[in-house]
Amino acid sequence: MSPGHYLALSAILFTIGAVGVLVRRNAIVVFMCVELMLNATNLAFVTFARQHGNLDGQIIAFFVMVVAAAEVVVGLAIIMTIFRTRRSSSVDDANLLKY
Amino acid sequence: MSPHLNAVAQGAEIPAPHIEYGQLGPMLLVFGVAIAGVLVEAFVGRSWRYAVQVPLTFLGLFGGFVWTVVLAVTEEPFHVAAMGALGVDGPTLFLQGAILILALVSLLLIAERQQAHFTAQASALPGSEAEQETMAAGITQTEIFPLLMFAVGGMLMFPAANDLLTMFVALEVLSLPLYLLCGLARRRRLLSQEAAVKYFLLGAFSSAFFLYGAALLYGYAGSVRLSVIAAQIERDTGSETLLLAGVALLSVGLLFKIGAVPFHMWKPDVYQGAPTPITALMASCTMVSAFGALLRVYYVGLEKLAWEWRPAMWGVAILTMVAGAVIAITQTDIKRMLAYSSIAHAGFLLTAVVAIPDAAAASAKGLAGALFYLAAYGFTTIGAFAVITMVRDAGGEAGHLSRWAGLGKRSPVVAGIFAFFLLAFAGIPLTSGFTGKFAVFQAAVDAGATPLVVVGVLASAIAAFFYVRVIVVMFFSEPEADGPTVVAAPATAAAVALGLTATVVLGVLPQPMLDLAGHAASQLFVR
Repeated sequence: MSPGHYLALSAILFTIGAVGVLVRRNAIVVFMCVELMLNATNLAFVTFARQHGNLDGQIIAFFVMVVAAAEVVVGLAIIMTIFRTRRSSSVDDANLLKY
Repeated sequence: MSPHLNAVAQGAEIPAPHIEYGQLGPMLLVFGVAIAGVLVEAFVGRSWRYAVQVPLTFLGLFGGFVWTVVLAVTEEPFHVAAMGALGVDGPTLFLQGAILILALVSLLLIAERQQAHFTAQASALPGSEAEQETMAAGITQTEIFPLLMFAVGGMLMFPAANDLLTMFVALEVLSLPLYLLCGLARRRRLLSQEAAVKYFLLGAFSSAFFLYGAALLYGYAGSVRLSVIAAQIERDTGSETLLLAGVALLSVGLLFKIGAVPFHMWKPDVYQGAPTPITALMASCTMVSAFGALLRVYYVGLEKLAWEWRPAMWGVAILTMVAGAVIAITQTDIKRMLAYSSIAHAGFLLTAVVAIPDAAAASAKGLAGALFYLAAYGFTTIGAFAVITMVRDAGGEAGHLSRWAGLGKRSPVVAGIFAFFLLAFAGIPLTSGFTGKFAVFQAAVDAGATPLVVVGVLASAIAAFFYVRVIVVMFFSEPEADGPTVVAAPATAAAVALGLTATVVLGVLPQPMLDLAGHAASQLFVR
């Protein structure tokens, strides 16, 4: 398969993630969609690394994974707190701050 | 394959990167203190933690500031450090110095003990018995100090980052602690938690865009180094699709962080819900840092592409100025109003980005204007939020504008100071806001963006309306019988005094600071 296919897959995954963030209501699922976007980015990075014949992209993928892991820690902590307070993880319920 | 890779493939040792520890001192010191703060949390007894954390944080920030000044004065600060990952140059040192000094002023608010702003224990449910017990025991969550230091460290790294990977890591290092800090308010905890969730989800969403943009630019240039991307643009080879899509996605991530329309939705919610000292920190330091990164990307990486992105930046700047000013008129919550005002100010600052022309001299002028504006606005905004923490009633801060009625009769000094800050936001002469606005608008006119400046001046006039409305409410309406009282705790009062002094001095005697910004900007960003 040519690198183009991988790039197309990465773009599709990124789009699915972005659409998911916009349409899903559960904060956990929204967050998972963000993770999908980050992983789509990783795929793009390693594909470009292959295309350019340097290792930068592969190294960057590792950095992205570490950052994503740190983000999970913080994100789940925040979502857990609001779930315990409200007994709901729907992002539609968090509607006190508006306009 | 590069020679390094061949050497590794043959089993040779990987060469260690060369790191200029001295030049990266401020950042390393701040991160070191942050880690020391985590250790303090682990090993020092609860009753001692506050007494240890506050001086430690203060020393870290102050030491970092002194180090930055020494770097700026003694060495010729114009080179890349850490194998080209970080730039140490005039504008960066100016921004870092501004971030550190603004963080010190915010620390005064954060460390205020007489009226605690932070929850006793974030894990205790609001309204539960556990919460009341921790409150009664007088426990304070001292983790805010290491979190603050990590955030400030990321803020120092963000405008210095010379490649997109370092920039992404810095973005996350500054954002993640801020997400948590937003959720730690002592009162109105539901609002605070909601602000944290919204900030987190939207922030993670936007940083994914930033990263995909970085990936596409890597595909375009074969490197995430800004100078390599700039060189590739100059050669005009490679896929233009990748380049333009990459620049667009990268800009989404950067514009989100400064809160430019249409990526501003988080700002009012987060500014209103977060504990006010953290709002002050975000409105000043995060703004300085994110704007620094934006300027670096556009100056160093994308300068040669100005024809492509300038129209889009025009649109964003106009939308940001107008939307920020117009929506602020309808606000009834004072923090929310200042959030929209901060959006409008981001728009005014964007006119300086539009002023990046091809000539280096005019370009430095725009940069100097932006640097001065950022420092001046940072001080004013911290002072304004500090005043907001002082006006309190039984439920904590009196956020609603109607509660501020007649404050001028009850406590004329505090109301007068707040009115002065509002006039500085509006850009009345003899305040720092006027000098800053004048500097960026002048640079934009020199760059041929006169229509943009006309819109900016009109937006300033609209904005002046709602600033004056608050002043009218404070001075020309009768106070309520059960109105809020002004509590002047010492550290908060000191923060107000510092903000006021800076606003007056930068307004009346702006020349030394303008010279400093001009000198810093004359070097431009290192490539």
